[in-house]
Amino acid sequence: MNKKPLIDLVHITKSFDGACVLDDMSLSIHENEFLTLLGPSGCGKTTTLRILGGFVQPDQGQVIFDGQDITQVPPNKRNLNTVFQKYSLFPHMNVEENIAFGLKIRHKSDAYIRDKISYALKLVNLDGYEKRMPSLLSGGQQQRVAIARAIVNEPQVLLLDEPLAALDLKLRQDMQYELIRLKNELGITFVYVTHDQEEALTISDTVVVMNQGYIQQMGTPEDIYNEPENAFVADFIGDSNILDGLMIRDELVEILGVKLPCVDTGFGEYRPVDVVIRPEDVKLGDPGQGFLDGVVSHIIFKGVHYEMEVMAGGFEWLVQGTKAFPVGTPVSLSVDPFDVQIMNKPESEDEKAVAMDE
Amino acid sequence: MVKKWLEKCYVGLIFFLLYAPILILIVCSFNASKSRTVWGGFTLHWYTDLLQDAEVMAAVQTSLALTTTSAVVATVLGTLACIGMAAMSQRKQQAVMTLTNIPMLNADIVTGIAIMLLFVRFGTLGYLSMLAAHITLGVPYVILNVMPKLQQTSKSIYEAALDLGASPGHAFLRVVLPDILPGILSGFLLAFTISLDDFVVTYFTKGAGINTISTMIYQQVRRGINPEMYALSTILFLTVLLVLWVVNRISAKQVRETRV
Repeated sequence: MNKKPLIDLVHITKSFDGACVLDDMSLSIHENEFLTLLGPSGCGKTTTLRILGGFVQPDQGQVIFDGQDITQVPPNKRNLNTVFQKYSLFPHMNVEENIAFGLKIRHKSDAYIRDKISYALKLVNLDGYEKRMPSLLSGGQQQRVAIARAIVNEPQVLLLDEPLAALDLKLRQDMQYELIRLKNELGITFVYVTHDQEEALTISDTVVVMNQGYIQQMGTPEDIYNEPENAFVADFIGDSNILDGLMIRDELVEILGVKLPCVDTGFGEYRPVDVVIRPEDVKLGDPGQGFLDGVVSHIIFKGVHYEMEVMAGGFEWLVQGTKAFPVGTPVSLSVDPFDVQIMNKPESEDEKAVAMDE
Repeated sequence: MVKKWLEKCYVGLIFFLLYAPILILIVCSFNASKSRTVWGGFTLHWYTDLLQDAEVMAAVQTSLALTTTSAVVATVLGTLACIGMAAMSQRKQQAVMTLTNIPMLNADIVTGIAIMLLFVRFGTLGYLSMLAAHITLGVPYVILNVMPKLQQTSKSIYEAALDLGASPGHAFLRVVLPDILPGILSGFLLAFTISLDDFVVTYFTKGAGINTISTMIYQQVRRGINPEMYALSTILFLTVLLVLWVVNRISAKQVRETRV
C-alpha cells in the first residue's frame, strides 16, 4: 500500500452520554484499499464508520477526505456511500427505483439511469429483478440490491457496516468473494466493519483490530494472525493458548515451570511476558517426547481437523490436529521455537483481553 | 357440536344486546307512524324531510366543515409531533407519550368545561373555540396511530436516503412519509370520527346559534322527539361505521404486508 492516503482520521474522540467510545484515534485509509475494522461489539468500529459517513459528529478531531476537511459536511454532501447492516432498502420502492434513488437526485438522464441499473444488477448477479419489491427478496438478494444501490453513484469510498451479519454461512462466504471481486472490478476503496475475525482475514488488504475505543493493531491479515502485538489481538484473532511467561534471556522463555526455546529477542532478562501458541502449532506425541506431558481431556471433530483439550502443567491447552487422541490418552506437547509468540504484558487495563460474548 | 352451537348463541346474544338499541333506532327511522311502538309501514319520508329542513342542513354543513378542518389540522400537528418525539431519548419519549394519552382518558366534560373557561377568559366562544377543542381531541389519536408506524420505519432508511445524496427534506418526503402514510391515514380517520361523534366538548365550547349535528339533535330532542332525528342519527351512525371499516381495512392490509 504505497499509494497516497485517501482518508485521514486525525485524533478522533467521541463519547456518548459520558461513555468514551473512541479515544484519540488516528487512521489512514488508502485508495483502492479493502480496510476492515474488526473488534467485539462496543469497540467503536461502527462509530468510526458512522463518523466517516457523516451520521455522527466527532467531539474532537478531523476527517480529511482527499485533502479536504469534511468533518462538518453532512452525509448527503459526501462522496461516499454506505451499505447498512439492515440493508435499509426503501420498502415502498421496487429494486429498480431503489437503485435509481441516488441517480435521480443527481438529475442523471433516464438513459444513463437505465444503463446504470442494468450494469449494477449484472454486477451483483440480480438480472431480471428490476420490478421486484424488497419484501419479496431473500436476505442475500436484499443485501446485493443495497450494494448495487450504493455503487451506481460511483462513490470513491464504500462503507459497509456488518453487511453480511444476517446471512447464513454459505451465502456469507459467497458474498465475501463477491465483495472482493467488486472491489477489484470497480477500483473503489472499501471500509468494512465486522466482528467476525475469519471474515476480516478473508476479505481484507488491511485489518484494524479495535477494542474499547483504541486501535490494538493494524496490518495485513497475515501480520495480524502470525504476529499479534498483544494478548487481546491474539485472543480475538483465532483460538490461542495464552500463558503467563518469564523471559529468561533472548530466545529462551519459561512457562509453567519449563524452559522453552523461542526466536524472540530484545525483551530483557527475567521480564514477565505473555506467551501465545496457536493450537495448530502444538504437536502431540508419546509421553516424554515434548517439553511437557499431559492427558487428553476433551476431543471434538471439526471437519478439517480434531480439536482437543490437553491438561498439562495445570493449564488446559487447546490443540488442533488431524490425528485423533482419545480422551484419557497420556501425550506430550511439543512446539517449534518459531511458533512461540512472545508479547509484552499489557500496560493499561484497556489493552487487556476482555471476555467476548460473540 | 352442542358446545359450538352454544358458543355461537352466546356471541350472538352479546351482539344483539349491544346493537339492539341502534337497530330499533334504524327501524324507527323508516317507520311511517310517529309512534315508537306501532309499525305504520315503510317510508323514506323522514329522510326527505331532513333534506328540506334548513336548520338540519346548516348543522350538517357546520359539522362537516368542523370535522374535516379539525381532522386535517390534528393530523398535521400530530404527525409533526411524532417526528419530534422520534428524535427524543427513550425516556423523554415515554413521558411525552403519557402526556398526550391523558386527554384521551380524561372525561370529556372536564376537557369541555376547561376549554370553555379558557375561551371565556381569553377569547370568545364561537366556531374557532369549537375548532380548537376538536383539534385538541384529535391530536392524541393521530399520535397514537402514527408513532408506532414511525418507530417501525427504521431510522436507517432515512439515513440511507441522506447517504444517497438526498437532503433531509427530500429524504423525509420521498422515503419516510410514504412508509408512515397508512398510520397517518388511519390517524386522520380516527380524528375525523372522534370529532364527528363528539357531543359533550362541542356543547360547552360552541358559540350561541352554531350547532353541529349532535348538539342540534340534542336541542330537537329536548323540544319533543321527531322521527327526523332518528333518520339523522342513523346517517351519523352509518358514516362512523363506514369510516371505522376503512380504518380496519388499512390496518389489516398493513398486517398482511408486514407478514410477507
